[in-house]
Amino acid sequence: MENAISVSGLVKTFGSVRALDGLDLSVAAGEVHGFLGPNGAGKSTTIRVLLGLLRATSGEARLLGGDPWRDAVALHRRLAYVPGDVSLWPNLSGGEAIDLLGRLRGGLDERRRAELLERFDLNPTKKARTYSKGNRQKVALVAALASDVELLLLDEPTSGLDPLMEEVFRECIEDERRAGRTVLLSSHILAEVEALCDRVTIIRAGRTVETGSLSDLRHLTRTSISVETVEPAGDLTTLTGIHDLDVTDHRASFDVDTANLDEAVRHLTRFGIRSLTSQPPTLEELFLRHYGDEIPHEEAA
Amino acid sequence: MSTLAGTVTMIRFAARRERVRVPVYLLVMVGLIASTAGQSESLYATAADRAEYAQTVNGNPGLIALVGPPYDLMSVGGDTAWQWGGIGAICAALMSMFIVGRHTRGEEQSGRSELLRASVLGRRAPIAATLVIVTAVNVLLALVVALSLIGMDQPAAGSFALGASLGGAGLLFAGVALVAVQVNQSTGGAYGIVGAVLGASYLLRAAGDVGDGTLSWLSPIGWAQSMRPFADERWWPLLLLVAGAAVLSLAAFALLERRDDGAGLVAPRPGPARASGVLTTPFGFALRLLRAALIGWAFGLFLAGVSLGLTGQDVQSLLGDSEEVDKLYMQTSGSLVDNYLAVSLSSMALIGTAFAIQAVLRMRSEESAGRGESLLATALSRTRWAGAHLAVAVAGSVLILAALGVGAGVADAIASDDAGRLPLLLGSAVALAPAVWVLAGAALALVGLAPRAAPAAWGLLGACFLLLYLGPLLSLPDWVLDISPFTHVPLLPAADLDVVPLLVLSGVAVALAAVGVVGLRRRDVPAV
Repeated sequence: MENAISVSGLVKTFGSVRALDGLDLSVAAGEVHGFLGPNGAGKSTTIRVLLGLLRATSGEARLLGGDPWRDAVALHRRLAYVPGDVSLWPNLSGGEAIDLLGRLRGGLDERRRAELLERFDLNPTKKARTYSKGNRQKVALVAALASDVELLLLDEPTSGLDPLMEEVFRECIEDERRAGRTVLLSSHILAEVEALCDRVTIIRAGRTVETGSLSDLRHLTRTSISVETVEPAGDLTTLTGIHDLDVTDHRASFDVDTANLDEAVRHLTRFGIRSLTSQPPTLEELFLRHYGDEIPHEEAA
Repeated sequence: MSTLAGTVTMIRFAARRERVRVPVYLLVMVGLIASTAGQSESLYATAADRAEYAQTVNGNPGLIALVGPPYDLMSVGGDTAWQWGGIGAICAALMSMFIVGRHTRGEEQSGRSELLRASVLGRRAPIAATLVIVTAVNVLLALVVALSLIGMDQPAAGSFALGASLGGAGLLFAGVALVAVQVNQSTGGAYGIVGAVLGASYLLRAAGDVGDGTLSWLSPIGWAQSMRPFADERWWPLLLLVAGAAVLSLAAFALLERRDDGAGLVAPRPGPARASGVLTTPFGFALRLLRAALIGWAFGLFLAGVSLGLTGQDVQSLLGDSEEVDKLYMQTSGSLVDNYLAVSLSSMALIGTAFAIQAVLRMRSEESAGRGESLLATALSRTRWAGAHLAVAVAGSVLILAALGVGAGVADAIASDDAGRLPLLLGSAVALAPAVWVLAGAALALVGLAPRAAPAAWGLLGACFLLLYLGPLLSLPDWVLDISPFTHVPLLPAADLDVVPLLVLSGVAVALAAVGVVGLRRRDVPAV
């Protein structure tokens, strides 16, 4: 099946600033794809290039089989966008803003609009000036989710929503997935990404550092082991891929590169395992690994 | 009193925030009043000139309704007081309204007051501080007006009376504004309330001044004017103004106790749950964004047109004889009245051009606020987006010019007792539209090609204004004058209609707009 989004070697410069520096991203049709990266990594810039708002400096970007810059208007009929910081017209009511954005796109599903207003518990008669940040976000979400489109581009869509509304949002995305729509979800809320996304792409400083399904990515990281053995477990430092080792008598705890997990467990069984707990890496650890200071260390090495 | 805790800090904070705006506003106002006094001195050099002028004004009820009752036009001070007593009171009222709005409701609406109120700041402190600041500003206004006139050798009593009448009116409307910001939840809504009170005061005063004067006593502007500066001053109306301001301020404090921070006494009316069909078209939406501005400009220029029409036929005696008047106005071989009307219509059309520029630059502010992005992420193309704003600018400017022409035409038709003057002046005003469009097109070219420099469109407007007024006086060469599109519009009704320059101007406007659209289609949104 053709990719809904395929981006390769995308570069966008603003003056001397290289916001995107050879970014790659591919989103298959029908999948929910997580788009992660620290602040300023280039997530919003990428989405704006995909929307044809910004013109790529170089590189290739294809969206729903079209050119996001040249075919912007035709493509926009087939997609909906939710920005992370929704700015509305102070004098318009929420309902008017939803209709405006929906109709300019080519129409809204009336039944779905009513249903979403109910689910998000949004009063459409309030003037946008009086909405809180969360309510402005809901306006943009209802406008996007109530339109009959193939692709949703969501840029931190749940910022400002309460946990209850986040739950509603997740249900809505599940509905979209069942309906076969493609979703690009940029988010900082890892639990959200873990719960919703089939595949994720992690970017950093305008470049893709990791992409794949969550289980693929887990293979690239470490598992935490904590073990109690009958005999003291010998010299674990001789093994490869062991980190943060902490040994006291019969107990040991350490992180092990997933590639070396098998070797480590074989080593331990020789000393008689009394109890063993292993924790797969959370997305958070994945995230921190790519965002934190570790990368410069590795690059230095 | 704990509810006033932090007032002193708030006063210093408010004073700091106003340290540029208020002095500039006061300087402009005093400068205008002083220049009126200077002109009054030089225009009517002889007693005969002045007597003719006074007779003309006294015989023109329309002018009296517009400006106010002339008590003594035979002195420079009395003439200045007549010209500025009412208009100046309105200026002072608006200044006070904006100061009050900014420091009270504006702070609440932005959410900043919440941050301040969460620290050790009493509930009444923001209003108390605003009251102190706005009182100080109006006292300052009274003093600088008085001292500048005394500096021009005008009698001290009259100078202080005129200053005090303006400051007093400013103070009274500060009180009105303080009450209004308690009532309405938005700054704009509060300004609407003050504007309505101000408008009613103006109309009551106008009706009273041409009638037996009773209605004028219902109007605070009437109170200010009844101090009769330079004409046997009366001081007690100042007490009415100050007492009114005090009562209104106390009422504001009382109302404050009955409302929450951030809320108004009147809950905001809910808006429609659905958008109308018109709103969701690009043109309808752009029109909605600019509707209030369009109505305001059309109404303002209608009034300006009326004032022009009321003075037009009497221009000979009102302006007197001078070389400057001839140079500025006698640009064709037509009559002085028609030349005066033609030049004045051009200058008012230039003022009305502000709407056309505003309509185009609105795209830029939508873009910077992040809302343009939401619109362009739909199936709205950049061309249609720009086209909608341009269409509002083009159609809106025709409407505004028509309002100007109708105002001037009706007043002039009555003054000259010639109904044919209405279509003539209406046509003369509307014929200026292509020149307005050129500036709108230039604004769009800037938005498309140099978005960060887009506010330079206001500079173009200012340059056209200078060319219109200074050009003839300084005898600038033709090629310099030709830069302004307004130079190319035939000076109707003094000259004959020539369609060719109008078509050329329209073509230039279209070309500039096209360049702007091409630029917009090629650049990033938002532009950084």
